[in-house]
Formats: sequence, structure tokens, C-alpha cells
Amino acid sequence: MAPLTMFDKLWNKHVVYEEEGQPSILYIDLHLVHEVTSPQAFDGLRMAGRSVRRPDLTVCTVDHNTPTWELTKPVTDEISKKQLDALEKNCKEFGLDLYDRFSEFQGIVHVIGPDLGYTQPGKTVVCGDSHTSTHGALGCFAIGIGTSEVEHVLATQTLRQFKPGSMEVRVEGPLPFGVEAKDVILGIIGEIGTNGGTGYVIEYTGEAIESLSMDGRMTVCNMSIEAGARAGMIAPDEKTIEYVRNRRFAPKGEEFEKAAAEWLALRSDPGAKYDKVIVIDASKLEPAVTWGTNPGMVTSISGKVPNPGSFDDVAQQESATRALEYMGLEPETPMSDIKLDRVFLGACTNSRIDDLRAAAKVVKGKKVHEDVYAMVVPGSALIKKQAEDEGLDKIFIDAGLDWRVAGCSMCLGMNPDTLSPGERCASTSNRNFEGRQGKGGRTHLVSPPMAAAAAIAGHFVDVRDWDYVD
Amino acid sequence: MKAFNQYSRTVIPMNRVNIDTDQIIPAVYLKRIERDGYGEFLFARWRYNEDGSENKEFILNQEGYREGGILVGGNNFGCGSSREHAPWALNDYGIRCVIAPSFADIFYNNCFQNGLLPLKLPEEVVQQIIDKAENNPNFNLHIDLESQRVWDDDEEISIGFDIDQFRKYCLMNGLDDIGLTLENEDKIKNFESAQEN
Repeated sequence: MAPLTMFDKLWNKHVVYEEEGQPSILYIDLHLVHEVTSPQAFDGLRMAGRSVRRPDLTVCTVDHNTPTWELTKPVTDEISKKQLDALEKNCKEFGLDLYDRFSEFQGIVHVIGPDLGYTQPGKTVVCGDSHTSTHGALGCFAIGIGTSEVEHVLATQTLRQFKPGSMEVRVEGPLPFGVEAKDVILGIIGEIGTNGGTGYVIEYTGEAIESLSMDGRMTVCNMSIEAGARAGMIAPDEKTIEYVRNRRFAPKGEEFEKAAAEWLALRSDPGAKYDKVIVIDASKLEPAVTWGTNPGMVTSISGKVPNPGSFDDVAQQESATRALEYMGLEPETPMSDIKLDRVFLGACTNSRIDDLRAAAKVVKGKKVHEDVYAMVVPGSALIKKQAEDEGLDKIFIDAGLDWRVAGCSMCLGMNPDTLSPGERCASTSNRNFEGRQGKGGRTHLVSPPMAAAAAIAGHFVDVRDWDYVD
Repeated sequence: MKAFNQYSRTVIPMNRVNIDTDQIIPAVYLKRIERDGYGEFLFARWRYNEDGSENKEFILNQEGYREGGILVGGNNFGCGSSREHAPWALNDYGIRCVIAPSFADIFYNNCFQNGLLPLKLPEEVVQQIIDKAENNPNFNLHIDLESQRVWDDDEEISIGFDIDQFRKYCLMNGLDDIGLTLENEDKIKNFESAQEN
């Protein structure tokens, strides 16, 4: 038999039905649901008199518009409250478990899935959210879907999909000192562009990828969608197995060992053919900072804001000009001269325990710059607790950062955490689109250590030169 | 779902690439629990000034274009968030066709779920349409899905387009995917029992 890619294997295992010229019907092993993209799907079920086919494969939580203030304070935004209430009502009506605002398991869908052990290698995972690609870090085929498709999965536990192409992004060589998972993915997007992955499922391979922690791998897969890819994935290895072992909803004992052996066999066969291959030299990667209004508009901390005239084609020149105008930046400004008003540590990209540890290490024993307001929003209630058990909250608070309750928060500004017009923010989230963090807000995407260092210095600094206090 | 067949409307040109779903409808307006009522928030950040008044510079606030029903943009249209509120907002405003050289995958899929036609045309044709429409607020295009053709009034532009035949069939008949899938109920059941064993 011809050698198969990991994606081929995952796809083949889940095809329920295929017919020439039609999208395949794929079985879905895990459906994550949140309050924003689900109400209309439940409405659709209700109108058609349909039920949820597999409540046992459906996990619901609230994250997008929950406030990150203490839980004793109520949700004050009436419309947000309506949406949170709607999910609660729908879960009751359709017999689904819900991790609400007060649950110990509440958190960002893409954080709680892996953290609670729902996300396991070999699964198909969907959610009405584009950053579902995150789960691919464990060796899943994980894709973001729209609300009509959410309804389709609720009703049938399947999804209709045309098979995307396969693309290997190989990051060769070891990661240089001070280069984080976030820098790797921003470097990749900078190279292939925001539609470089459109129509493909990316499999990340190579020494640099293998060397990343599971949290780091999730950061990389999370932003696959920012390269336009349908999904991102990384082959399960011993690190993956150890990560899943003993998680709350993961298989246990003999069942786990049997599953683990199957997971390791998911790796692409030697000689498997991809439709497209990109090779990145890890030694060229540096701490990254975005300068524009999409994640492909990125340079390194040692770089400068580009001159729009330096781009080859007219469309790129026009978008660069428009981006610099929106961002309030002059061409040729060194990135390290850019001053900040806000720092946001959080989002499904970078709110896991490794991210919080890395940021805490940077701010330990220092003080946030007087012109900066910095906030830390852990990805889930459990991670918040874990960080508190490790004393990270104290390090952040002592340094003058605001320690918040879990949620999507200022990644997309649906809850009360937003930028004001003109405010400039170093953010560990995934999108620097115009107005993403609040109307007129200016977002620079960076890694957690880079964001933490910027909070202390008041401007971007090269974290490779950081003076750590032990 | 509303069927889509023949469609003739004024063109709304947007000469920029990477028009993301956060621009089509900002997150702050996603809090409704219904599928309709998003039209007034379509392109809200670009369309309205700080004080809520109309931004006269923006194309949808200009005479002629305001009533347009075919939006034409640059590469990678609809990138970003998976929010189906983006096609809902377009639909609710009265735009049932978007033309671009390339689309982001999720947005592209979402359009078909809502009776919207995302139409891919070669980059130079898209640019030609944008140029013509920018110079003429009453520039119309005509689309016939069955014969897969698009043309303008004087047929200076007249071009065929590709579309997946299954999607075309569903769009022309306003078919609901769920009903189609449930015709395969026995196969889903078989798959589930095989998985359990």
C-alpha cells in the first residue's frame, strides 16, 4: 500500500460515506460548543424537531463574552447575559453538560479540551470557532466550522467535507535561544502569507517542532488558520502520550496503553507524499513582533517597520500603507522604539501553564512600566488554580499586572476587556485585525515572554537580552 | 434556505485584500441569539463614525452603492473568524453574492449554507469589475448559476465560472445539508456500531 500522511490516516478512519462529486460524510469524535456560535444552531434543531445525536461527545462551556472580573460580580452586559442564559437553557433542553461561569472546569474551549483529556490523538474535533486547529497539536484532525455546520454536527454527529490538500511545513534544525513557539508560527505565516495554507491541512514537522512542549505545539497549531489552513497537526510522540496520560477524561490503565500504541502509529509513513512542502530554517527565526493589521505583517524585534514601497506588488503596497496609517506607525521605526499602553497575556494561543510560567519568569522581581496597564487572563479555571498553586499569581500581582478570571477576554473584545481608540497593545493573542481588540485599538502580536518584557520596559525589547531576577 | 438562481444587482467595489470577518461584522455585534438583524452592523467599524453617524467616505454610504447586491473584493476574502454572522450580515443587508479572486475556506463554506454565492473569478477580471464599478455607481452584473455565467449590461465582461456541482445543486434548490445527510442514517449507525466493537 502507498505510504500515507497522518492526515490521510485520520481522514480514512472517519469516513462514514463517500460518493464521487459530493463532500464526504465524516464522523466527529468531539464537538466543543460555546455561547456565541451555538444559539442559532439549537434554534434550528428546535424548529426541525431534531435532537442532539451524541450528547456524550458534546462538551459545552462559556468563554467568549464572560467577564474576567471576580465571579462574585455579575455579568452586567445584558446582551452577553442573554447569550450565556441561552446556552444554559439549550444545554438543559437537549441534555448536554455545561461548564458554566462557576464551574471548576470552565475555560476557553481550546484550552479545556486538551487540559481535561477530551482531546485525544486520532480524534476528529470540531467547534464553531476558527481556532479549533489548536487541538491538532495532539494529532487530531481539528477544524473550525460555522453555525450551520454546528447544527449539522449536533443533529448527525457528522460533517460534510471535501478533502483538503496536504501540506508539510518542516522547521529544520534546533530552535535558537529565546525563540518561542509563537515566534515559530509567526515566522511561518510571515513566510507563506495569510493565505499560504488555504485549501490545505498543514502538518508541522522537523526538529524545532518536535522540541516544543505540548503547550508550545498548541500555540503553533492554533494559528494555522491565520495562514488560511483548514487545520494544523503534529504527529503524536512520547511527549504527546505523557501529556494525555492521567488527564481526567482520558482512557485509563490497559485501555490507555492500547490507545497510546495506536496514537503512535498515526505518524505519517516514511515516503508519504504531501501536495505541498515548505521548509523553514529554524536558525533564521527570531522573537517576532507584528507591525500591521494581519498576522503576516510581521518582523523580528531586531527589525524595523517596513517601508510600503519595499513590497513588490501594488496590492501589498496599498495594504501596508493602510496598515501603517491604522497602526499609527512611521516606516523605518525600529520595533524596539514602539511604546505601549496595554499588555494582554492570554487567549487560546498563549494562556496555558507554560505560557504563564514563561511570562512570570520575565516579570519576577520587576515592576510594570508606569504608562502601561497589563493583564493576565489564564485560559481556564484549572490553569488559574494551577498557576496560583505555583505562586505565579503572586509574581504577576507583585509586579503590578492584573490577575484575572479565565476567558477569551481581550483577544476579541466581546466582553468588557477592550482597547480604547488609539491604544497600543502587546498581545499574546492570534489576530491583529483592525478593531479586533476594540474599535481603533492597535494590536501587536508577540510571545508571552516578549509581552511580559514589554510590560516592564514600556516598549518592545529583545527578550534574548533580558536580565532575569532569580 | 432561499434558492439561488438568477441574480442581477449593482456592484459594490471594495478594492482591498484580506477583508476579514472581524471587519464584515465586529465581535461586539455577535451577541444576538437570532440569525437575522445583523445587516445594520455590516462593516460597522468602517461604515460608522465614532458618534454613530455615517462615514461618508465608506462605499456603502455612497449613492448608488448603498442599494448594491453584489460585493466585489480582493484576495483571501472572509479570512479570520468562523463566525457565520458574516454571511448572515451580508444576507440581511441584501448582498447575496460576493466576488473575489480567492476566499478563506470557512467563510466560503458558510456562504453556501445560507443561500449566498461566493464567486471566484480571475484576479484581472475582478480588478476590471472593481475599476468599472468605482467609476459607475450604477454598474450592474448579471449572474446565472445554472449556466455558470456572469456578465455586465453591455457584455464587455462576459465570463463563465467554476463551481462544485454538488454545491451548485444545493444552492439552486435551497437544500438543507442536514436532511441530505440524514438520508444516510443507516451508514452513520453502522459506523458507530463498528467503532464500539
